[in-house]
Amino acid sequence: MKKTQVAIIGAGPAGLAAAIEVARAGGEVTLLDENHKPGGQLFKQIHKFFGSREHRAGTRGFRIGEKLLEDTEKLGVKVLLDSPVYSIFKDFVIGYISDGREKAIQAERIILATGASENALAFPGCTLPGVMGAGAAQTMINVHRVLPGKKIIMVGSGNVGLIVSYQLLQAGADVIALIEAAAEIGGYGVHASKIRRAGVPIYTSYTIQEVIGKNSVEGAVIVGLDEKWKPIKGTEKLIEADTVCIAVGLSPLAELAWLAGCEFAFVPSLGGHVPKHDRNMETTIKGLYAAGDLTGIEEASSAMEEGRLAGIACAESLGLYSKEEARDLKEKVWARLNTLRTGPFGKKRRDAKDKLIEMMEGGADIG
Amino acid sequence: MRVKHHPILGEDKRKENVTIVVDGKKIKAIEGEPIAAALMAAGIRVFRKTPKKNQPRGVFCAIGRCTDCVMTVNGIPNVRTCVTLVEDGMVIETQKGLGKWRESR
Repeated sequence: MKKTQVAIIGAGPAGLAAAIEVARAGGEVTLLDENHKPGGQLFKQIHKFFGSREHRAGTRGFRIGEKLLEDTEKLGVKVLLDSPVYSIFKDFVIGYISDGREKAIQAERIILATGASENALAFPGCTLPGVMGAGAAQTMINVHRVLPGKKIIMVGSGNVGLIVSYQLLQAGADVIALIEAAAEIGGYGVHASKIRRAGVPIYTSYTIQEVIGKNSVEGAVIVGLDEKWKPIKGTEKLIEADTVCIAVGLSPLAELAWLAGCEFAFVPSLGGHVPKHDRNMETTIKGLYAAGDLTGIEEASSAMEEGRLAGIACAESLGLYSKEEARDLKEKVWARLNTLRTGPFGKKRRDAKDKLIEMMEGGADIG
Repeated sequence: MRVKHHPILGEDKRKENVTIVVDGKKIKAIEGEPIAAALMAAGIRVFRKTPKKNQPRGVFCAIGRCTDCVMTVNGIPNVRTCVTLVEDGMVIETQKGLGKWRESR
């Protein structure tokens, strides 16, 4: 059987950052990903990132992706593409498919960086072609350069809903309504102002009642909500549209962590069930680390920092760094992570993460 | 519809250089793009019909997770078209229900 020192599953921002850290410390890394190309969802992010200079704020997501790929290549990270991992067996044997065949690789350490997937929303007509994830539309316009439709309704005003609305406009589509069930916009004001300035009507306290159409989306009925989130009769509006994008959050892709036997916690503010981990991003299974959206839905910047933490800790456990060297490196990453986790959005995540880490140190279960 | 010009990404210089056959009709596609992108560019939205109620389905997640966009490709059913790249001469069919295996070449 093939062997590797460190196997990293998922070549998105967290996995790439982890690979770079392990390789930089002198470790031998095999990075596995089910896609044809590495980079995860970074290459559809054409907007400038937030944060400080260390987070490469002001740099567009896909440029950050290019830099990560350049670094992994320079450091000699082995990347297995088109290789979906289907399970983790005893003694860290990883089962994956390549060229239509089952294969296996055994690792001394594993870092899971499997990411997240978009949530769906149930309403009559939600399965009609033309109803799709906002991230799906983003992939189509920014990676594959194809418009999913011309007249688009966006459901959800978190950062994904706001950013993708703007990017749909940039790609030449009309965003004819952005609807949000809450009374206030969910994402950053700066993103909301951009689409407001572009003339997109924003309906807060509105939800989607149904989508109509024979073989694909032809329109949607939206309805106002009262303070108890109940539809208000008489406020229904029929909007003609050919596409409805759903931006109502993401869920961690945690299957492999479940299969490996990790202990989980249910933390709604992190997106649902997440594997418990400590400050080294090590899970309840010794030698198995997790990083990025899998351990709680955040942004690519935080995913990269978590990947770095996991990579450094992993290298330390293999004796590639002394305790002191690793401590200094990890402290720097934690300082950056903590700045990312500030403000009304970041604070909530920081508190949730702190609790998750406390649980590993013997604290009370928050699930 | 293709996004030819883009304020950030610039001009898309790729050419429609391969031909795929969708339900018997020839469609131009770009080498290296997923089947779903080629179909979307050609205005095709219904990728399959459900087994029991014969309802239409199309692309939902576009990253290979949801399996809503599966079609029969070169006689193999349940192929995720959002993560399967086009090849010249590929035969693609709107899938009915769970589809049928068939030798096509």
